[in-house]
Amino acid sequence: MSETHRKLERSAIGFVLAIIGVSAIGGLVEIAPLFTIKETVEAAKDMRVYTPLEVAGRNIYIREGCYACHSQMIRTLRDEVERYGPYSLAVESKYDHPMLWGSKRTGPDLARLGNKYSDAWHVAHLINPRHVVPQSVMPRYGWLMKSELRVDDAGQHLAALRAVGVPYTDEMIANGPQDAYGQANPDSDKAAGVSQRYGEATNVRVFDGEPNRLTEMDAVVAYLQVLGRLTDAAHRQTASTKE
Amino acid sequence: MDHDTIVGFSKSWGLFYLIAMAIGVLVYALWPSNRKRFKRAKNSILDTDDRPRS
Amino acid sequence: MISGLTVSERQSALIILTVMAFVGLAMAIAGRADLLGFHGGIVLLISTALIFAVIGHYYDPEPPKERLAEYYDDPTRVGIVLAMIWAVVGMAVGVWVAALLAWPDMTWDVGWLSFGRLRPVHTSGVIFGFGGNALIATSFHVLQRTSRARLPDQISPWFVLIGYNLFCVVAATGYLMGLTQSKEYAEPEWYADLWLVIVWVVYFLIYLRTLQRRQEPHIYVANWYYMAFILVVAVLHIVNNLAVPVSLGHAKSYSLFSGVQDAMVQWWYGHNAVAFFLTAGFLGMMYYYLPKRAGRPIFSYRLSIISFWGITFMYMWAGSHHLHYTALPQWVQTLGMTFSIILLVPSWASAGNALATLNGAWHKVRDDATLRFMMVAAVFYGLATFEGSFMAIRAVNSLSHYTDWTIGHVHGGALGWVAMITFGSFYALVPWMWKQERMYSSKLVEVHFWLALSGTIIYVFAMWNSGIIQGLMWRTYNENGTLSYSFIDSLVAMHPYYIARAFGGLLFLAGAVVCAYNIWMTIRLARAQDTVDNSKADIPVPQPAVALQAGE
Repeated sequence: MSETHRKLERSAIGFVLAIIGVSAIGGLVEIAPLFTIKETVEAAKDMRVYTPLEVAGRNIYIREGCYACHSQMIRTLRDEVERYGPYSLAVESKYDHPMLWGSKRTGPDLARLGNKYSDAWHVAHLINPRHVVPQSVMPRYGWLMKSELRVDDAGQHLAALRAVGVPYTDEMIANGPQDAYGQANPDSDKAAGVSQRYGEATNVRVFDGEPNRLTEMDAVVAYLQVLGRLTDAAHRQTASTKE
Repeated sequence: MDHDTIVGFSKSWGLFYLIAMAIGVLVYALWPSNRKRFKRAKNSILDTDDRPRS
Repeated sequence: MISGLTVSERQSALIILTVMAFVGLAMAIAGRADLLGFHGGIVLLISTALIFAVIGHYYDPEPPKERLAEYYDDPTRVGIVLAMIWAVVGMAVGVWVAALLAWPDMTWDVGWLSFGRLRPVHTSGVIFGFGGNALIATSFHVLQRTSRARLPDQISPWFVLIGYNLFCVVAATGYLMGLTQSKEYAEPEWYADLWLVIVWVVYFLIYLRTLQRRQEPHIYVANWYYMAFILVVAVLHIVNNLAVPVSLGHAKSYSLFSGVQDAMVQWWYGHNAVAFFLTAGFLGMMYYYLPKRAGRPIFSYRLSIISFWGITFMYMWAGSHHLHYTALPQWVQTLGMTFSIILLVPSWASAGNALATLNGAWHKVRDDATLRFMMVAAVFYGLATFEGSFMAIRAVNSLSHYTDWTIGHVHGGALGWVAMITFGSFYALVPWMWKQERMYSSKLVEVHFWLALSGTIIYVFAMWNSGIIQGLMWRTYNENGTLSYSFIDSLVAMHPYYIARAFGGLLFLAGAVVCAYNIWMTIRLARAQDTVDNSKADIPVPQPAVALQAGE
């Protein structure tokens, strides 16, 4: 009896190994090569990282589930390029942990949203989308204006992002909270450090229209205004294919 | 191992693996001496099974 | 139920619950400045409540030795009830968010009432709450019956069931507060994910330990599917959720992957969650309850084996069809598309096998709504897998992707296949579990069937229409060579379909409520008769195999 039992036991464990072996192959074969990165993700020398304020805005975008209705991935199809702008490149989301490509467009794609509308438009639209676009079915996000943004842990957020591969410097991490405040308050003494650390192209201004207050609205609008603007690679690529 | 080698391997490997696995599964499923085993298995669930067999 | 545990099992329960309470306390303290603290409080509260429940029965007499000669079905009973609670909650939230798309001002500018936070409550509620509890409950039942062996102990099944539901509660409350990783169908944050790994390992060990004590020479194919579900979901879950938390006091974490690699990992996970959670697990259900209810063995056992390995192997390649025309390298897209199309073969083999089993018993399908649920489920499984393979073709996907067609496809599978096979299995299982001859009302089963079927059809047709219109409007050009419609034009065109969809969903929800009521009344009937007594064997004793048939 013990002999048969041992045989039975072996077959159950063999079976487990067979399932893992057979199922693991597909994923391994498709995913592993993507990490030999050079050919998968184009190089873009001008690629910059998100500022602490933009990171906070991105986290609010995630928190509110915006990705459920808005994609950030323009496909290589003519109508999409004409509607939204140059198609998305892999490099553009290389610092996106996680990516927010999305899977559904109940609302339009946002990959090229940055600088398309004014800050005031975004604020009005987020407070009540139907004030700006009467047919919109987007929820209202008025409370973003009322909530103060938490920035005391901004450095910790950057440090965690560095741990997963985003090249933040020690200086950026140390100045996280100041930079978050400074980016939305250009008149404060904290503003100068932002463009110094993140580049001259960084948007430093009062995003929510209310100076001296740092709201979640500041963060979200700062993030929306930088979508598609971390690098010019996609615009360059389209220009060169047209030639 | 560079990227091209790995990608080449990925593109071909799936096909060979699929064929090998399909043959293996078909042999197991159609192996004559397994017939009795399967027949018993598919009918056994319809037996009265109100208690564990000790 | 607690008095069914032995004294030493009661002691282990207290130790486990105390450890959990301390973990909750630690989370509450470490995360006091963060929403993590709130979740710590929930863990602490639930663990403490359970500690008191165990202490209340601690001095009850030991259960009799004869229990070992019976199957252990208490966790299955509780699992069925939990699954139905989640079904009603998850589907109600689904109807609500569907209505929000037609009448968006019902958010009233309140965060936790907005679409983005409620949507994952719906998806996780129905997939993990309803589907997961149904899988756990039925798997314990099927595992014991097909192995002719009792579960290895009485504590680990409870750990799995309660631990899993704790995960679901933490997930759902987290979404309302805005805690999400944003990875679709893997939204819960790092601490919930770690907890699920522990629960899942115990679940797997229950399976393995019972199989090793089985009294049948062969492992019945239903268990293969349940095993694949448990194993592969574990692998997917661990890989996709690799992340670095901001700190041990923060709920927020950052995914280890980024950009294109993250997209590939996410959809490798996402698609295989469909494959191994929503397909393999429920096929396990089908391969047991359908033959059992029909009183006929499965048409071809060989075919079920071949399709098992086909599904296990091929699904893993298919995830990249979610990323056609994106920045993912094209060779990966092509590979995904190819395997998605071949995948139709094992999928239809399973659906055909189920329908062929019923061939010759159509009079039973006509008279028995329970069996009809299973039959319709198999048909929808066939339809949804065909549609899935079709939509994985690049050219089709260019139209269907990002539109409501995807939503229609998913619900064809979720309502038509997953929910229907579950309801059918529950209607078969509930009388067995509560020792009744039949459900409280077979007329209500009939009502539920028609509500579910009409709800599914209205839903799916509404979404097909809106999806295809949307896709076409986005790519329509006028004679000047410019785009004819603005995005908002397409949105306006969706409005009637969004109302129709909410109505279809409402019918389906009404069916689920009827089902919950019917199950509840059956339980009450059993309680009144006091028939649920572990010293009694399964009643009604399922009839022995009557008809053998061709096909083998």
